[in-house]
Order: sequence, then structure tokens, then C-alpha cells
Amino acid sequence: MAVTATAKQEEPRVVLSARGLSKSFGAFMAVKNVDLDVHHARVHALIGPNGAGKTTVFNLLTKFLQPTAGSITLMGTDITRTPPDRVARMGLVRSFQISAVFPHLTVLDNVRVALQRPSGLSTQFWLPVSSLDRLNARADELIETVGLKRERNALAADLSYGRKRVLEIATTLALDPKVLLLDEPMAGMGQEDIGTVANIVREVAKTRAVLMVEHNLSVVADICHHVTVLQRGEILAEGDYAAVSADPRVRTAYMGTEEA
Amino acid sequence: MSEMTQTAAKPRIERSATASRTYTIFVIIGLAALILAPMFFYPIFLMKLLCFALFACAFNLLLGYTGLLSFGHATFFGGAAYFTAHVVKEWGFPPELGILTGVAGAALLGLVMGFFAIRRQGIYFAMITLALSQMFFFFCLQAKFTQGEDGIQSVPRGHLFGFIDLNNSTNMYYFVLAVFVIGLIVIWRFINSPFGMILKSIRENENRAVSLGYSVARYKLGAFVMSAALAGLAGGLKALVFQFATLTDVAWQMSGEVILMTLLGGIGTLIGPIFGAGLVVTLQNYLATSDFPVTIITGIVFMICVLLFRRGIIGEFYASRLGRKLGFEHRR
Repeated sequence: MAVTATAKQEEPRVVLSARGLSKSFGAFMAVKNVDLDVHHARVHALIGPNGAGKTTVFNLLTKFLQPTAGSITLMGTDITRTPPDRVARMGLVRSFQISAVFPHLTVLDNVRVALQRPSGLSTQFWLPVSSLDRLNARADELIETVGLKRERNALAADLSYGRKRVLEIATTLALDPKVLLLDEPMAGMGQEDIGTVANIVREVAKTRAVLMVEHNLSVVADICHHVTVLQRGEILAEGDYAAVSADPRVRTAYMGTEEA
Repeated sequence: MSEMTQTAAKPRIERSATASRTYTIFVIIGLAALILAPMFFYPIFLMKLLCFALFACAFNLLLGYTGLLSFGHATFFGGAAYFTAHVVKEWGFPPELGILTGVAGAALLGLVMGFFAIRRQGIYFAMITLALSQMFFFFCLQAKFTQGEDGIQSVPRGHLFGFIDLNNSTNMYYFVLAVFVIGLIVIWRFINSPFGMILKSIRENENRAVSLGYSVARYKLGAFVMSAALAGLAGGLKALVFQFATLTDVAWQMSGEVILMTLLGGIGTLIGPIFGAGLVVTLQNYLATSDFPVTIITGIVFMICVLLFRRGIIGEFYASRLGRKLGFEHRR
């Protein structure tokens, strides 16, 4: 299933930036002095060996963790002290490494929950659930975009791991975010799903910024415009994939064994 | 693989259709039984049962559908009983207005308690609610209008809407039944509403709900206030049924009792708490005249329940083969 509507590629500009971002847990510095610029209309990959601090950077950017030092700016607004739900409402939406779906809700309901808030249908406790049916058209559109049409009425818990990740992307897209942070979106997926998700990410990034943590280097080489390599919480190298993969430090630290 | 999920998905929908049909039949039978019950049972006993059933359902709205274990629900139940008793007796409010005053007071108390407790989780949440309800207990012990150890006695039941004499116990019973049914409808609607959908998603995966931009604390507070208000409805009603409000209703034992009822009946099932309340109230009533110590018996029943039927009576029934055949599914 390919993404049907193709948008025009827009011009890149910085939308999310971090300066001197640091996080320590007791004496352990998980993230040290990280500077990061995420551009509109670009796919930015964050790679690095296990324990390099990629997920911590994600948690800091989305405010699920409070940074020890440094600042974060989202579209010109300082969000260093903003709570995570506010940040999400400002258009910075993340996915999680462990699949984050609502397991005992159907695929359709999962997407509708995401649509409820932007549609102003989340606080009405006096209306029947059927009042949410007017979100169905948009929800079905999103479900079709990610190729989950046949599983529309299945419980999320019954989906395979890869399909759950795909569903998560659909719910993330439902918020129409300005910046998408995807934490290992392709981990544990079959080849077919990887292709679907890669296409979705490429399409989505024409009009949005995408920052993704990814281990699958062929995917990174294929769809990412910019790569940042983290090692032990610090930036080791930065640039496009060709430049980064040619960097001898990166090769020894990370790619030595995993030549793409 | 998608083929498989498809076939797995389909029966679920059909099953939920059977479930709703069985549910409708059960509701009709239950309602008919409650309408006919005063011909066979002592009305005061039935009214007590309905009050506690409503209280347990209100509590379950919080525990079962939001996942918050409050140890301070006696505050709302007993607080509302005091408010209703006071305005009816001292200010001459009609019964319907008296109960509404109780509900409003309980909702307000819920807002305050919820505001302090909601940001904590698990045992800390339970401890804060317990501490605040103990504070309210001492307030009731000291305050003038509650009349301390005596409680507010001989509260007049008055005339509903000015013309239905509630001193007639049949009238009173049907009034209580009507309020009980309205309370259940409110709970049912609340759970099956756009708001209820968000509550469900928060219970399923709180972090994901945050990342979708929901202020989780506000939704939990909303559920807390709703639960408090409905517990207040039960408490106000109880004050009119027994025509008094005392410290027993605000004591921590009452908070424990409602937890017991809900667990016995089945957390997160709409009708479980009704059965749990029925069992506990019946036990109390029939053992009160016997030589057995009531608390020991209910304690033993509770232990048996925790050891053998962890889902509660109704929860176990839903999960049993018969329950599944009738189309129920217990999800926890």
C-alpha cells in the first residue's frame, strides 16, 4: 500500500532546536551537551550504539524528562519548562520505543482517541459514544494511509508487533503534528511493513519535520537527509549519511560491525 | 497475518452484540425484580441496599474505570448525608432539593480532595485520600451543625415535589429506586461518552495519552468529582431513608466497606458493585441479630473472595464458560 496523496516538497527551516542539552541521573551523565537542529521538511536520524542516550534525548525533547541543563526551542518558543501534554498540543508529537497503543481499544478507536482532542470532543461526558462517529471519515482515511483497513475493527492487542507500530504512526499523524519524533519506528517489523512505514515517513516529511531513532541503517541511508551519531551521550558526528558513514570515528564506534 | 487478525476480529463484534442483548434482558429482569421486591422484603432493608449499591457503583466509577483507589469515599457519602439532613431539617428544604444540596456539597469536597490527591499514584493516592477523609471526620466531630456524637436525628422526609408523601414507605421506596436508576444511567452514560473514552485510554496507556496532548490530571479529576457527586447522591438518599446522619457515615470503616463491596462484586463491571453491596448489606442485616460477630464473617468472606474469586462475583461469572457463552467478556 502506497501513500496516495503526494504533497509538494516544502523548503527546510529549523523548527526544533536544542542547545547544550544535558541530563544526569545521579552521577551518571546520560546526555552531555547535545546541540541539535531539526528542520521542517527533513528526515533527521539519530543513531548510535545501545545506551548512547538516544531515547533519553527523545524524552528530553518531548519533556517526558526534565533536562539538567540546556534549552529547547520549538518554533521560536522556549519549551524547556513546558509540561509534555502542552508540548504535544503545540505540535511536537512522539512515538514510543515500546509500542504505545491502547490495547483493549479497536484500531478505529485508537485513532479516534487521537482525533478527539483536536476536534473538541474529549470532555463531553453527557454525549453518547456514537457522537464520535463523525470522526470516522478522518480516522478511516488515516487507517487507510497506513494500510490497516482490514484490521479496522480488531482490538489493538490482537495485532502483530509491526502492525501495532503502524497503528501508532496513524494515531500520531491524527494530531497533524508539526514535528514528529519516532523512536525506532521500524524495530521488529517485517520487510513489507518497513517499506510501508518508510514510504509514510518520506511522504509525511515533505510538509513536516521528522526526527527518528533508527537502527536499520539501510532505511536511514534511504530516507534520512541528515544523520546525528550519538555515543555515550555526546554527539560523535553529524552530516548526511555518506559523510557520517565515511567518518572513521563513527566506523570504529558503531558501524565497524554493521556495514550498511 | 492480517488475514488472521481479521478472523480474530470479527467474532468479537458479534459477541459484543450478544452481550448487549443479554445485558438488556438482565436489566429488564433486574428492574422488574426491584419493582416487585417491596412485596417480599422489608422496604427499609431494600432502600439501604439500593443506597449502598449506588455508593459502590460510584466508587467503582473511580476504581474500575479510572484505576484510582480512593480510601476516602466515606467523606462524600457521609458528608452529603450531613448536608442533606441539615438543609432538610434546619432550613426546611424539600427532599429533592436537599439531595441536590448533598450532591453539590460532595462534588465540592471531591474537587478539593481530588485536587490534592490526583497527582499522586497508587498507594500515595490512597494515603492522601485517607488522610483528607480523616481530617473531614474530625471536622464533623467538632463542627456545630453535625451535632457531634449525636448526629442529626429525626430528619423529616417531607413531600417530594410538594405532593408525594415520602413518609409512606412505599412512596419512599420507589423514590429511592428512581434515584438509583437515574444514578446508574448517569454512570453508564459517563463511561460510554467521549470523556469516558479518554478515561479508558488513560487507564490503558497513560504515557501515550499524555503524548497525544491530554492533560491526564484534569480527566482524572473530572472522574473523581463525578464519583464523589454520585457517592453524595447515595449519601443524601440514605439520610432521608434512615432520617438521620451520623459519624458512622464519614468514618474510615465506611471507606473500607465500599472497597469491600466493589471488590466482592467485581471491579470494572457495571453491575458487580450492586451485587457486592447486596451481599455485604444482607450479611450485616441477618448477622446483626445472630451471635456471630459481623465483622469477622465479612472479613472471612472477603478473604475467600480474594483467594478464590479474584475478579469478584460478577467478574468471575463474566469470565466463566457460561458468561462467555452469553457474550460477556471480562477485560482487566
